[in-house]
Amino acid sequence: MEPYINFAYIIASILFIYGIKMLGSASTARRGNQISSLGMLIAVVAVLLTKGLAFEWIIAGLALGSIIGAFTAKRVQMTGMPELVALFNGFGGLASLLVGWAEFAAHTDNSDMGVEKGAAVVVTILIGGITFTGSLIAYLKLSGKMGGNAINFSGQKAVNALIALAIVALGVVFVTTHSAWALYALIGLSLLLGILAVIPIGGGDMPVVIAILNSFSGLAASAAGFVIFNNVLIVAGCLVGASGLILSIIMCKAMNRTLGNVLFGSFGAATGKSGKVVEGEMKAATVEDAYYVLEAAQSVVFVPGYGMAVAQAQHAVKELAQILENNGAEVRFAIHPVAGRMPGHMNVLLAEADVPYEQLAEMDDINPIINTVDVAIVIGANDVVNPAAVEDESSPIYGMPIIKVYEARTVFALKRGQGAGFSGLVNTLFFRENTRMIYGDAKETITNLVAQFKD
Amino acid sequence: MLMLLLFIFVLAAFLGFELIQKVPSQLHTPLMSGSNAISGITIVGAIIASGATDPDGKMGVILGFIALVLATINVVGGYMVTDRMLAMFHSKKDNK
Repeated sequence: MEPYINFAYIIASILFIYGIKMLGSASTARRGNQISSLGMLIAVVAVLLTKGLAFEWIIAGLALGSIIGAFTAKRVQMTGMPELVALFNGFGGLASLLVGWAEFAAHTDNSDMGVEKGAAVVVTILIGGITFTGSLIAYLKLSGKMGGNAINFSGQKAVNALIALAIVALGVVFVTTHSAWALYALIGLSLLLGILAVIPIGGGDMPVVIAILNSFSGLAASAAGFVIFNNVLIVAGCLVGASGLILSIIMCKAMNRTLGNVLFGSFGAATGKSGKVVEGEMKAATVEDAYYVLEAAQSVVFVPGYGMAVAQAQHAVKELAQILENNGAEVRFAIHPVAGRMPGHMNVLLAEADVPYEQLAEMDDINPIINTVDVAIVIGANDVVNPAAVEDESSPIYGMPIIKVYEARTVFALKRGQGAGFSGLVNTLFFRENTRMIYGDAKETITNLVAQFKD
Repeated sequence: MLMLLLFIFVLAAFLGFELIQKVPSQLHTPLMSGSNAISGITIVGAIIASGATDPDGKMGVILGFIALVLATINVVGGYMVTDRMLAMFHSKKDNK
């Protein structure tokens, strides 16, 4: 059977590669995902053909996991996607950790383990453990079960460095002696490190963190492949590792920060910058005022942010967009690469609300023409439209690419209250001459606007 | 053996970088959840571990079983939710 199984693994790997490739284009993405799932099915069927397997536990595990997975996937709301991806990620990481541990636990005598295999076990447990608890913290932060703010304590970096050193030392001990206690200590410290690594990272940096953890879950699977000498784990895991890393780099570029700065430097604190004090006042407008302006507008750009997800306003926004379009205006949605809490978060919400993707514009496409736009409606976005990033060199977000809504003729900013954004920064956009604030729940505001149009 | 596996690892890394480089940002979420499902490939290792018959390896079977449940959630949930998302991505033309 052995050669057939390996052949099936090659087929599965090819399907994964094709699947990922097809995920890169909107017209083929869905088929790509299906092809990659076919690859997974082939890999699973192939491994079931391995000689000498007892099936009771396998069938029970597959059945239980499938039911839970399918149930969760069906029930989740699109606004809850970031935390779900984080949770699944964590499960993948823990599964890899357990595979590494199981390989050790399956033998009463591990003295023939060898350096390579021992090192692979250590790496699997380290990456898998960080992925698991890191993703769990990300999940808690994203779902609001834990405050989204960065948690810092003094000596944090020293503690992390000490843990990292201890992990290296324990790794060496384990590889040379194969002692069980070294393994358990490694598991504990890896889990702890995952928690400590993610708690100091604030909500707005979550797109980067999720992408990194995504990368890690792949690398953990790849490392598990080295433990059990399995090609398909190495290839598939590594593909995910590489893609997650690229995504995180793209996210960092969109925030004009380096990966190291996001992971190790708490926002604002690292630069010591706080930005200029803003003078002037925010001018509020009523829904009625907005209605008259929008009624006459020839072109309208919506700029959604995390606030739109929180208010679940995407369907109402789509309805308003439709009305404006029927009224003769040109409607577009400008989406910043890090808007929301995960890469591409806004796109998913707007797709759910049935916004055709021809209306979606990326930042680089909208900025050159934004001065021809009559009205820009900012829905729960904050830092990604803050002009301080362009104008105020003392601002901590100076240099971050933004959607330059302030160049539009009129800006309506929908906002819950007067507070600052996740970064704690004052948004100078709100104090501009051409900006009007519409306070209140974004969904309610938009729904009221729609009602005005219907009257 | 190790060198061969490392060789495969490095090639796969390069391939991964090449494949993802040009993905438009609107597809980042499905790409992440789809690739997340692929990382559930560890299900293969979990199946081997939970199907072991060595009477001394009870602990390995238990760990393997837990790993199998988690990896299966990751795989089945990941693919299904990605499919659900991608089903919503369509252009105006498809509607009419």
